[in-house]
Amino acid sequence: MSPHVFGLTKRINSIKFSLLSPDEIRRMSAVKVITADTYDDDGFPIDKGLMDLHMGVIEPGLRCKTCGGKVDECPGHFGHIELAMPVIHVGFVKNIQNYLDATCRECGRIKLKDDEIEIYKQKIEEAKKMGASPLELLFITKKIIEDAASRPICPHCGAEQKKITLDKPTTFREEGRKLTPKEIRERLERIPDEDLPLLGMNPETARPEWMVLTVLPVPPVNVRPTITLETGERSEDDLTHKLVDIIRINQRLRENRDSGAPQLIIEDLWELLQYHVTTYFDNQTSGIPPARHRSGRPLKTLVQRLKGKEGRFRSNLSGKRVNFSARTVISPEPFLSINEVGVPEEAARELTVPITVTEYNIEKMREIVRRGSNPKGEKYVPGANYVIRPDGRRIKITDRNAEDVAKKLDIGWVVERHLVDGDVVLFNRQPSLHRMSMMGHLVKVMPNRTFRFNLAVCPPYNADFDGDEMNLHVLQSEEARAEAKILMLVQEHILSPRFGGPIIGGIHDHITAMFLLTHKNPKFTKEQAIHMLSYLDYDELPEPHKDENGNEFYYGKELFSLILPKNLNMEFKSKICDPSVCNNKCVYEACPIDAYVVIRDGKLISGTIDENAIGSMKGKLLDRIAKMGSDEARKFIDNMTRLAVGVISYRGFTSGIDDEDIPEEAIIQIHEIIKESIKKTDELIELYKQGLLQPAPGRSIEETLEMEIMRVLAHARDEAGKIASKHLGLENPSVIMARSGARASMLNLSQMAGSIGQQSVRGQRLHRGYQDRTLPHFKRGDLGALARGFVESSYKKGLSPTEYFFHSMGGREGLVDTAVRTSRSGYMQRRLINALEDLKVIEDRKVVDTAGNVVQFLYGDDGVDPTRSSGGENVDMDEILTDVLGDKYLLRRRK
Amino acid sequence: MVRFNVLEHELVPEHYLVPKEEEEKILKELGVKKENLPRIKKSDAVLRVLERKYGHIPIGSLIKIVRKSPTAGRITVYRVVVRD
Repeated sequence: MSPHVFGLTKRINSIKFSLLSPDEIRRMSAVKVITADTYDDDGFPIDKGLMDLHMGVIEPGLRCKTCGGKVDECPGHFGHIELAMPVIHVGFVKNIQNYLDATCRECGRIKLKDDEIEIYKQKIEEAKKMGASPLELLFITKKIIEDAASRPICPHCGAEQKKITLDKPTTFREEGRKLTPKEIRERLERIPDEDLPLLGMNPETARPEWMVLTVLPVPPVNVRPTITLETGERSEDDLTHKLVDIIRINQRLRENRDSGAPQLIIEDLWELLQYHVTTYFDNQTSGIPPARHRSGRPLKTLVQRLKGKEGRFRSNLSGKRVNFSARTVISPEPFLSINEVGVPEEAARELTVPITVTEYNIEKMREIVRRGSNPKGEKYVPGANYVIRPDGRRIKITDRNAEDVAKKLDIGWVVERHLVDGDVVLFNRQPSLHRMSMMGHLVKVMPNRTFRFNLAVCPPYNADFDGDEMNLHVLQSEEARAEAKILMLVQEHILSPRFGGPIIGGIHDHITAMFLLTHKNPKFTKEQAIHMLSYLDYDELPEPHKDENGNEFYYGKELFSLILPKNLNMEFKSKICDPSVCNNKCVYEACPIDAYVVIRDGKLISGTIDENAIGSMKGKLLDRIAKMGSDEARKFIDNMTRLAVGVISYRGFTSGIDDEDIPEEAIIQIHEIIKESIKKTDELIELYKQGLLQPAPGRSIEETLEMEIMRVLAHARDEAGKIASKHLGLENPSVIMARSGARASMLNLSQMAGSIGQQSVRGQRLHRGYQDRTLPHFKRGDLGALARGFVESSYKKGLSPTEYFFHSMGGREGLVDTAVRTSRSGYMQRRLINALEDLKVIEDRKVVDTAGNVVQFLYGDDGVDPTRSSGGENVDMDEILTDVLGDKYLLRRRK
Repeated sequence: MVRFNVLEHELVPEHYLVPKEEEEKILKELGVKKENLPRIKKSDAVLRVLERKYGHIPIGSLIKIVRKSPTAGRITVYRVVVRD
């Protein structure tokens, strides 16, 4: 056993499953239940009834008659019901059938010759010695049973065998004649112990006849408690209802049998008992109607309690409900740090942190307790909800006893105080798909009723504010708080282990604002600069420039440089970089569109700050700063988001459909191009009809035609887009957003201004709908662009009815895809996590499972943590050389 | 007779038998017990080829595999021969 697993003293070697014998059921029973009644008229449990006090207590004040314990002390005890006639246990029908098939109906021996038995026994022994899994053993057993079942004559007594069929769920027939459970039990009894191992049973712990019940265990009352409604009305658990049915029928069956009633009546009652016992185990057995409650609701019996997503395993054992947690709607708050979370006062007064009273904090704790559980006043101050005495007693603090409790407070007591600013909490949004779905935040108590956080933290949670809700958990121990603060705090997760880049960073308006601040280095008056910088914690302004009239001003790049770390040196290309401007020959600082970022000693010399610099997932600048340390990175992101809000709210930024207005002649030009392309497709179709089209390698002529048409039409849409974007310059707000990477793409804009283009389903042009045509508006067999889903209109111009229909078809596919993808990938994720959840990387970077089996000798073969690597590499020479040589290196690298 | 040498296939990485005397040293270096190593079945096609070269390979032998890795270039891993 690996000694470094703390607190692990024992390891489970094996688990044994066996059957309860009738004897054992009676031995473990505290009472023989004989009456179907529960309580008498006074509400007292009836003796030998289903709520007998021997089976445990659920009412306070009473004592268990078996162990003498009170409500929370008595664990509950089983009772039992003596069945008048045996019934089959549904859970073992399959096994019973196997045993009946494999053994002789006369002598009970397994239908194999002695030498065959010997061979099979050896096979099993050998498999066991080699450490075969239970599944592998089961496989051998299956083969033996199959072999034995195929013998028409018993090799031991020579008796002729009859075919036994199973009438689902619990009726066995031998050549049409019904076998009663009693007969079945007798047959199973005849199977000798020596033959059992061959049938996959261990005779020391189980006998096949125990699969036919003669005694039924009655679970303790703790398992099926009576619920008392507010009206004083009592309602019994589903299991109790079922047991009542069983006892009633059992009694009637016994009376009828004892008084010598006709066989027919007894058989009917027997079958009814079988039905009740079957549904008691599993109320969803196929082939029989489920037992229902008086209201018509199907009863929840034993199997239903355990099975499925809402069953005991998945909902109560793998997952549990917790205290000290809260859930509410989220909303944005740009003035919070990325590490913080805004918590509503109401929630903060309900969620508490346990603080142990020491000689150092006793006065402060007294003060907090004195305030009670709901301190009044303008300003939020923490109170306390409970104090816990050293003996474990909890005292609820009310306005009345607050003063009293505060006085009695002593060292060693624990005060559960309200949340205060700076408390560490965990914050989570489902679905929790990666580790950044749950991060540590520092509390900031705020008015109103939503959780609030910085917009830069939206990407890791995949959150937006269209009604999303999130969960918050308050940590209850010092260890947990320390771990959360050191390992889980948001600033420690700026770099994603998925791709080694920043996942927390600027989004939407942050990017737009930084673009507006830095692109082509605009000038700002001192007043404007002060206003924008007032969002940051800066007490000093740099020395201003003066224009010819003596007015003081600042450059945008200067203002941005204020938030950069002082020793930063780097160069990279902006998102707006367009190689066609400089014919693929980068001119660096002299870039005509200001797309080459140069930062020297923490000063932005040239270039535009956009998505490639500060965007979440893409930002090179962020990536670099994040590797300088998490504190540095947090400060930068906090400042950057605040500055962005300052810039964009001072300057103002708006976008409308008139952003996509293009001149009349451009529209005409676009029409020309589209007409041209449609003509081209018609020519292709003509060529195809004449049989002159040359097939592309590996494709049929039809496929070639489709490919060519798709190509021509995609080209048409792109050309239309090009013309449109020629008239949409970087002064256009929509274009600013698209080019800087804030939101939308140039394709979206050209679809609004130019042409929407080809619609497709499954990557092919639309073709289904009517016979040989998409819509009755077209001729049969029309392969032309417009008949097969090409939309020549733009969103702004509007679509023709047929185009609208085509567009809906394409749009539908998108919706279906997302719906299917999420459910399927969710299931895949579940299976993947189940397979990988207990793998870990140990000290020497080996990946091992809990048993110490090696999965990888070195994590990822190279032992590199993506968040501490440079684009997956161990070292980034460029970065080191830039740090050491600075400018000299950067300039030399360009050559 | 083996008709086909799987080791010559481009998708099969290099396999070597670790000499008995080196086993202990390697295991110590790796810090793993033999039963925790990944396994290779005695019936594996590669072992049949290796047996031509090294003679009989008993259960429990160590096989060294040098394979290509997209992250680390070439890596060395070990497997222990098990009965199938």
